[in-house]
Amino acid sequence: MTDNAAPLPLRQRLDWPVVIAFGCIILLLVVGSLYSTNFLSPEYLLQQLKVGAFLGVIATGMMLVILLGQIDLSVPWTITMGAMMASAATAYGPMGEVFAIPFGILCGLMIGLLNGVAVAYLRIPSMIITLAVNAVAQGLMVAYSGGFSPRDSASPAMKFIGAQSTLGIPHAVIVWIIVGALAVFLLTRTTFGRAVYGIGNKESAAYLSGVPTQRVVVAAFALCGALAAFGGVLLAGYAGKAAQSMGDAYLLPAIAAVVLGGTSILGGRGSYLGTIAGVILITLLQSILSVMQIAEFGRQIIYGVIIIAMLLLYGRDKKLR
Amino acid sequence: MSEWRFWFNAQRGTLLALAIFVAMFAIYLLNHPAIVNNGFTVQGVGNVLQTAANKGILLALIAIAQTFVVLTAGIDLSVGMIFVLCNVVASYVVVNNLGAPWGFDLGPVLGPAVGVVIVLLVGIACGAVNGAIVIFGRLQPIVATIATSAVFFGLALWMRPQPGATPEFAKALGKFMLSKFGGVVPASMVFLLIIVVLLWIPYRRSVLGRATYAVGSSEAAAYMSGMPIRRAKFLAYVWSGFFAGLGGLYLTFVTSSGQADSAAAGTYTLNSIAAVVLGGVSLFGGRGGAIGAVFGALAFLTIKDLMFVLNVDPLYQPLLQGVILLLAVSIGSARLFQVRNRLELFG
Amino acid sequence: MDSTYPLFRMEGISKRYGGVRALDKAELTVDAGRVHAILGENGAGKSTLIKIMAGVVAPDEGRMLLDGHEVSFADPAAANAAGIVCVFQELSLIPELSVADNIVVSNPPTRFGMIDRKAQRRIAEEALARAGAADIHPSTLIKDLSLSRRQIVEIAKALARKPRVLILDEATSALSAGDVETVFGVIKRLRDEGVALLYISHRMHEIAELADSCTVFRNGRNVATYEAGTKSDEQVVELMIGREYHNVFPPKPAPKPETQQPVLETRNLAWAPRLNGVSLAVKAGEVVGLGGLDGQGQRELLLALFGVLRGTSGDVLVDGKRVTLNSPREAKDDRIGMALIPEDRKTEGLMLPMAVRDNLSFAAMSLFSKGGVIDRGAERRAIDEMIKLLAIKTDGIAVPAGSLSGGNQQKLVIAKWLMRKPRIILLNDPTRGIDVGTKQEIYQLLRQLADNGAAIILYSTDYDELIGCCDKVLVMYDGAVTRTLHGAEITEKALIASALNIDSETREAAQ
Repeated sequence: MTDNAAPLPLRQRLDWPVVIAFGCIILLLVVGSLYSTNFLSPEYLLQQLKVGAFLGVIATGMMLVILLGQIDLSVPWTITMGAMMASAATAYGPMGEVFAIPFGILCGLMIGLLNGVAVAYLRIPSMIITLAVNAVAQGLMVAYSGGFSPRDSASPAMKFIGAQSTLGIPHAVIVWIIVGALAVFLLTRTTFGRAVYGIGNKESAAYLSGVPTQRVVVAAFALCGALAAFGGVLLAGYAGKAAQSMGDAYLLPAIAAVVLGGTSILGGRGSYLGTIAGVILITLLQSILSVMQIAEFGRQIIYGVIIIAMLLLYGRDKKLR
Repeated sequence: MSEWRFWFNAQRGTLLALAIFVAMFAIYLLNHPAIVNNGFTVQGVGNVLQTAANKGILLALIAIAQTFVVLTAGIDLSVGMIFVLCNVVASYVVVNNLGAPWGFDLGPVLGPAVGVVIVLLVGIACGAVNGAIVIFGRLQPIVATIATSAVFFGLALWMRPQPGATPEFAKALGKFMLSKFGGVVPASMVFLLIIVVLLWIPYRRSVLGRATYAVGSSEAAAYMSGMPIRRAKFLAYVWSGFFAGLGGLYLTFVTSSGQADSAAAGTYTLNSIAAVVLGGVSLFGGRGGAIGAVFGALAFLTIKDLMFVLNVDPLYQPLLQGVILLLAVSIGSARLFQVRNRLELFG
Repeated sequence: MDSTYPLFRMEGISKRYGGVRALDKAELTVDAGRVHAILGENGAGKSTLIKIMAGVVAPDEGRMLLDGHEVSFADPAAANAAGIVCVFQELSLIPELSVADNIVVSNPPTRFGMIDRKAQRRIAEEALARAGAADIHPSTLIKDLSLSRRQIVEIAKALARKPRVLILDEATSALSAGDVETVFGVIKRLRDEGVALLYISHRMHEIAELADSCTVFRNGRNVATYEAGTKSDEQVVELMIGREYHNVFPPKPAPKPETQQPVLETRNLAWAPRLNGVSLAVKAGEVVGLGGLDGQGQRELLLALFGVLRGTSGDVLVDGKRVTLNSPREAKDDRIGMALIPEDRKTEGLMLPMAVRDNLSFAAMSLFSKGGVIDRGAERRAIDEMIKLLAIKTDGIAVPAGSLSGGNQQKLVIAKWLMRKPRIILLNDPTRGIDVGTKQEIYQLLRQLADNGAAIILYSTDYDELIGCCDKVLVMYDGAVTRTLHGAEITEKALIASALNIDSETREAAQ
């Protein structure tokens, strides 16, 4: 009976958040170029992309989980674990070197599986379980490393993908492009991607449509863990070795990048293009604030204010009545 | 008799946290080197209690702060930063000569008192900002508080780029707040008790306090019953800021300095969530209370202490702590096996 | 007391929801110290009427008079203040709060700014005693009470507001037998105390026991008001029937031969307490209706068949072979070929913010994907075919499903399942809240699907539909099939009579 009230005021629209995010990127570049013409130089932009690539890989996994309407707070120590385990494998001779990268990723995958099973089958809120799993991962790494940054260094392959460039193009950027292309493919062309969006929108409807919702949730968390660990592998390659709490600085930017890119924190809505925009935006914002020699405190404040302002522009919930 | 049953039922989470804490603390006490070597002397027990209390009150206050927001079915990821920001503010304003630079020295009694009020107002302001963004800006609490915590951290860093304190810091007040009464009773626990009795219990019994629970339990039913939903939510965030500020103040008493320490902020935020969960506060809102959260916080810290006195290899302590946390949060999921309509799983 | 005015009167009340006319110049007079029953089919306008009385919705036109003075209510609180209190069907209790907390929820007694728990306790105990439930402890949490007891607390909550007019909307539907007795006692006492009671129920024997006067609603109008006991059940049913339009239904085929093996069969399917041993058989080409009052286990039956419910007992047979289905995924598998058009298209059928395309292909992705990769061309073709087949009106397949009209949304839900070419189709009230034109299309489609060999179970709250579409109708009452109507036996009268379980009640009374 009340049906006629139903058609939602869904504006037929361009993807607003993505447009705004890219608009802000351009604005940042313009503001930056007023300071120094270097801002528009290819070298600077590539450098930013390289820095952004690490965040980009990590945010890709985070996006999958957020699209489900969940969150992964175990990312920090999954990153660290990926980095440390890959470096540790490197220390085991030539075979270790070969398997360093897959081994690091595998460790992250296991962490993600643990999260996924707890969320999908035990239905523990992801906020808590991933927090606890983060503590466990930290505990494992502390126990392994003795509380110090391990002396093992990254394998040549890790350094190759994390730190080196070909023809001026950083390999990390290429890695992000590949990961991103796979993510776009996964989200738009596969049944898995459709299921992720469906579950994020209405899990009950997805379940009644005969989609294996629990398996999809486990898989998404596993991917998130694997990508976080891969991000850690890249970072270790970039820095030459793993470090304690190297992942801590990536949790909030990863969530912020995904949300700024227009992905709803409640799940079900968002595009990878938006996440790319969010990652670049955050990387650029951090870089410009530091180039402008604004003190760290100012950077933090501006950073927070801009995120809130952008979210108020397009990230609001529907009004209760 | 049956009255007790209802009371027990309502307080189950709190009582469980209390029981776990008491049991663990007893084991801790019995194995503490000071007790093992010298027996139960007043001084020995008093010292152990004091040390534990002065560590415990920090997380207890932050856990109370987190409780308010969690009761509304929200989450506050900025409590740790408000805590740190208030610590930094306190390191400037809780001084014996407040106002001296501007020519009105308030002196060693009034000065620190006004300073304390300023610190708490800063906490309240931070909470109000969070509340306004969540309620009137209609942003999800988790994202909103992630963003505001960056702002709070920036402010803290602005004031204290380097750790430190003003030389006039009111050390006497700090010392008093961390002392022990009659050689045994830790002042900080007395203080905590006063706070709970004077602030939490009246709030719990006020109309808005009840509305907070109602909103967290079922926002739709609360709306249909005509309860003041928005005011109740806003107030919860304000209280949260107040208690985080109180925590910051206490941190200043402990360290006698201010430090814009983002790592500490993160740790306290995460531990506060663990503490409220252990304390029987439901993350889905509407269930639990500050008293449970306090015991949750104390129990959480005792895990660490216990591992210390039981000679667990320090390297394995974080792992063990994590595993205990993991098991604790998994226990509640047993109810799932009773769900008979699978659609109910999706809420 | 001056009683020249009735206590409460509604005159010329109309209400439209979009294009649907819920109330059309309805009248109602309520007197103090009487129980006034309101009868009518689903959708006759009863619930809209009481929502207007209780201040939940505002009428489009008409006026309300309390003691002869015109009144209007901005919200439920205003109606409460005027002494009009409603016990709604949907519970408005807060699960984590105690019974006493809930009873005083909108206006708790305070002392020094704090809730006065002693006074609250007193009010709650008094209200519970008046509701005949002194055995409910005021400190119990709502979530620890059974549905029946919660309903009693709802009534106590209403009584605590000191009503002059108390509206009970299907207040007994969730009650256990013992609680029904209690509530009846309460109602009679309130009547003696001078409270005006408005009683809405589908249960004829309850109305016979309680009501002093009755008003029958049909199509948004009050068609008759009479003193209780002056009309027989048959006459009342006659009054409730009768419609301005009649749907056009496709002709029904001859009954299937006895010997034909059913595609879907159940034997003693049970899921306590909502399903108590249901046995049924559906053959290819048959449309089997589920009738009965709302909430007699029809929804649970469909969910149980579709593998959603855990812990069912009894057998389900497909093509004569026993099967165990543990999820919709197993049920939709080609070997079973089942589809469920769920009750609520907004939360169970569709993802409204997602594109029409995504919604349409969601249940059938395996048909045009290989190794998990979707063949977009094949998907597009399948979607176009479905949109054409069901004549779904949409601005392309990229718009959100939520932007379509209700009727077209329902077609989407059906289309998404037809894509799989199911052999067994379960429908849960598929035409609720959709326009007449689309309804006709759905009726045609159902028959066409049956003629092409599908076995269909249709649950509907619209008796016309059951009569027009179904080859046989199973009438459910309290989780069991109480009567099966075949062919020409399916009449509105028979449906209503068996749904109200009048036959069995008269039998029980005779014993």
